[in-house]
Amino acid sequence: MEKKKITGAEALLFAFAEEKVDTIFGYPGGAIIPVFDALYTHKEKLAFNHILTRHEQGAAHAAQGYARVSGKVGVVIVTSGPAAANIVTGVADAMLDSTPIVVVTGQTSVAALGSDAFQETDVLGITQAVTKWSYQIRRAEDIPWAVARAFYIAREGRPGPVVLDLSKDAQNQLMEFSYEKCRYIRSYQPEPKLRQDKIAEAAQLINQARQPFAVIGQGVILGKAEQELFDFLNKADIPAASTLLGLAVMPVDYRLNMGMVGMHGNVAPNKKTNECDVLIAIGMRFSDRVTGKLSEYAPQAKVIHFDIDPSEINKNVKVEVGVLGNVKKTLPAVTELLNKAEHKEWIESFEEHKSCEDREVVSKDLHPDNGILTMAEVVKCLSDNTGQNTIVVTDVGQNQITAARYFSAFNTRKIVTSGGLGTMGFGLPAGIGAALGSPESKTFVVSGDGGIQMTIQELGTIMEYKIPVKVIILNNNYLGMVRQWQELFYEERYSSTSIQNPDFVALAAAYGIKGRKVEQRQDLAEAVREMIASDSAYVLEVMVEKKGIVYPMVPAGKCITEIMLKN
Amino acid sequence: MENTLYTVTVYSENQVGLLNQVTIVFTRRQVNIESLTVSRSAIPGIHKFTITAYTDKETIRKIVLQIEKRIDVLKAYYYTDEDIIFQEIALYKVPTDSLMSNNETETLVRKFNARILEVTKEYTVIEQAGHKAEIDAMFEALNKNKILQFVRSGRVAITRSPVERLSNFLEEMEARRKEVVNENN
Ligand SMILES: Cc1ncc(C[n+]2csc(CCOP(=O)(O)OP(=O)(O)O)c2C)c(N)n1
Ligand SMILES: [Mg+2]
Repeated sequence: MEKKKITGAEALLFAFAEEKVDTIFGYPGGAIIPVFDALYTHKEKLAFNHILTRHEQGAAHAAQGYARVSGKVGVVIVTSGPAAANIVTGVADAMLDSTPIVVVTGQTSVAALGSDAFQETDVLGITQAVTKWSYQIRRAEDIPWAVARAFYIAREGRPGPVVLDLSKDAQNQLMEFSYEKCRYIRSYQPEPKLRQDKIAEAAQLINQARQPFAVIGQGVILGKAEQELFDFLNKADIPAASTLLGLAVMPVDYRLNMGMVGMHGNVAPNKKTNECDVLIAIGMRFSDRVTGKLSEYAPQAKVIHFDIDPSEINKNVKVEVGVLGNVKKTLPAVTELLNKAEHKEWIESFEEHKSCEDREVVSKDLHPDNGILTMAEVVKCLSDNTGQNTIVVTDVGQNQITAARYFSAFNTRKIVTSGGLGTMGFGLPAGIGAALGSPESKTFVVSGDGGIQMTIQELGTIMEYKIPVKVIILNNNYLGMVRQWQELFYEERYSSTSIQNPDFVALAAAYGIKGRKVEQRQDLAEAVREMIASDSAYVLEVMVEKKGIVYPMVPAGKCITEIMLKN
Repeated sequence: MENTLYTVTVYSENQVGLLNQVTIVFTRRQVNIESLTVSRSAIPGIHKFTITAYTDKETIRKIVLQIEKRIDVLKAYYYTDEDIIFQEIALYKVPTDSLMSNNETETLVRKFNARILEVTKEYTVIEQAGHKAEIDAMFEALNKNKILQFVRSGRVAITRSPVERLSNFLEEMEARRKEVVNENN
């Protein structure tokens, strides 16, 4: 019997079903109508949860949020031209933060390619620099192959974004569908081979170390190697800190958790980076926001770098030993060879810096001597009133750093933030994706008054799909983080950083979303509890100190030991 | 660090848009490409880019790793001149009367191991293969008279190893493929 033929558009959806896709974020348009038509045809049988965002950038960030909390591949479908251009920010963000997403963009018909056809953009040309892989599909019969490859590439090895540019004729052509999952690509080795000699060298260095210190990145989350990490740290008694993206791997109350490194990290781990004798970097990439002045970063230490990506070894920091591979495998291999050790004195030596930071920064943030609320108080209040299953998605700026510093995460994948690209406008849509990707958790977005307005139209998405995201707007009426730099390094020349804002609560109300504005300290706790108790979406606007500064801070380009606690 | 002329060989699948993916890595690292040649390799279906660029060892190492990271790139290597056998080709168009009036041009052709491809009443086309320095020298010599047109190709290079260096990698990957297939049976 002859196989039944289907359209390329249907094949795309059948391929998604083979990859166990359940949620799609998208926005229709001329060059992708056939795919949306197929969604309509198969709405019962395939039953994808299609979320129509209010802007394609929102769809991309939502897919990122979904992927970050669930570990699954986020999926986006948009049309050509302007829509394809609109997803670029999310794709670039996913590239820098190693987030697995597959984005399908419609494209003009093959015959019209290159002719400046209506809504034609050179999607491959635009996206090649910001994707792990981008590919143009010109024939329906290539769709299953390309989708299988796309998911494999997005997910395996160091994850990242893939763009499939799907011509309109490929969507309409008829084809016979058969699907085979991709398990191998001749030109791509997702995980480098384990090298026993490197494992042994790393173990030996750690065994000889008197003051070992580990820095944990998102690689541990991506490799699902949380337990392997704890076994490793526990056995050799190694104090550790996370990068911004590695937050939530270690619970805040974990004995060996020394906080966060980097520009706005904690004092102790930053200073100790330059005191340890062996620095063990695990699934992180020595971003300039972590290292500060590179030539003065841990010059005394022997550095061991665990990473899955060969191009990361010796990229920024010269290392003694590079241990290539998935940390899920390399960490236990090293742990096996470790001697049980104790570094009591060394670990205790972090305390002095911690109490100094508590005194100079934390207590001032949490117990200010005036009547105006601080961002820290708000985040702390949220943290104190929520439990294990809480996800915090941040935007970018002071709100982000404060959320990272004061939200106590107890579980992996519970903090989602735009690290590498630092994309304002990420928070709200990523929060939507996170809520859908982890329905068993309560999702809170912490945003600034500036950033929220970059994607605020996604309140419409929240309204339509009744997504129970809680949004906290920390309103300082400033583009606070830039204002902070202007205050500290540009003689208080506040060029274009004060910002006039709408009535956010009224805006939420216009979308049918409950909201409340808090201006007084005495109202905060009650308002936060009301928000938490709400089953539906909620917008909580809190008026905070206008000219707050987030400390500690390592000024850009300075050595990490020059971390400032005050001006 | 001192700049050296490096030759990079990139082995890739035959995919649209690969050239762009390879060159943007150089661009991002602010390294100018001196020459670039794309051809098939001895292995069926696999393409080979030969790229030269002046930079330091640190940078070229990073560039090669970042090129290798592209999905459709199988492998990339970098070499200095001692590691490879290489050649460039140049074409010169000179007025034929200069060839006729004295035997200087002919002497040059002999001296540089060049050859004459075409002679018409107005012009003569000379082909020279060699290293850049040799081509520069012949250019200077011919230019004392007159050069009407000139072009020099990018460098082509092969290694001193008996087969394509990629072969080992392909064997490894083939073993991997078998492993994957077995896992699923
Ligand atoms: C898309 C984008 N544009 C500009 C910036 C630069 N930037 C970083 S933080 C910041 C200020 C953010 O202001 P707001 O959202 O109010 O947050 P706050 O720092 O006040 O908490 C700006 C403009 C950016 N990160 N992203
Ligand atoms: Mg602000």
